[in-house]
Amino acid sequence: MADNIRIALMSRRALLASAATALAISSGLSALLLDVGALADDASSSKIERTKWFEEELTKLLAGAAPTEGKIKLELPEIAENGNFVPVTITVESPMTADDYVKTIYLLSTSNPVARVATFHLSPINGLARVQSRMRLAKTQDVVALAQMSNGTMEIATVLVKVTIGGCGS
Amino acid sequence: MAASRPRIKLPESAKVGDIIEVKTLITHVMETGHRKDKDGKPIPRDILNTFIAKFGDAEVFRAELGSGISANPFISFQLRVPGPGTFEFAWIDDNGTKTVELTPLNVV
Repeated sequence: MADNIRIALMSRRALLASAATALAISSGLSALLLDVGALADDASSSKIERTKWFEEELTKLLAGAAPTEGKIKLELPEIAENGNFVPVTITVESPMTADDYVKTIYLLSTSNPVARVATFHLSPINGLARVQSRMRLAKTQDVVALAQMSNGTMEIATVLVKVTIGGCGS
Repeated sequence: MAASRPRIKLPESAKVGDIIEVKTLITHVMETGHRKDKDGKPIPRDILNTFIAKFGDAEVFRAELGSGISANPFISFQLRVPGPGTFEFAWIDDNGTKTVELTPLNVV
């Protein structure tokens, strides 16, 4: 009889232990699920991974300057069905006079194998700081335009483009 | 691959002081250098890396192009017409070969 009780006690202890383990596993699992959820949220709010070489290029071009936003209108399709051929228009607000004009516009990709897509050099003779081209996008990513004004200040604009079929080896 | 058949689009006519759009297009493969052929060997980069536009004797626009520019590069820019003249457009490839196109602007 006493033996029976001991067995019952032991099995109860074992049961408790296994329950604790199960609890630990399930809470670990839910923590993992939460992590995945957080990642998915990041992706949808345009926090898409940017390459190291993009960050390096941006740092180099800014050369310590803090860029401001609002003067560049960067136009790209929201969804690019073909990443080999994405139209881009960059317009920078500027009087384009001898003492106040846009000097250089840089077009950058944040997830292509090469960050610098193009560099455009302007002067007051252009009258309007607007350039257009067509670019390659390897995958869904932010496209960044940077403009250097004649007084040395920098402007920046960012647009997220969702790419259906990536531009092959852009 | 050599560049060929530049196509230029200008307004039919313009007045001095007008701001006009200059559209240019040229045929070129713009091989990125990141692709491999069917044997797995890398295909060397072959792109037009520079575009220069002159009006009369003055340079009015210049672009440096990377491998992220699409094949058959299209480039458009603006010009405040300084007077009558002819555009000289030049595209330079990775081998240094220059393709030049002359286009007069009809200033009225």
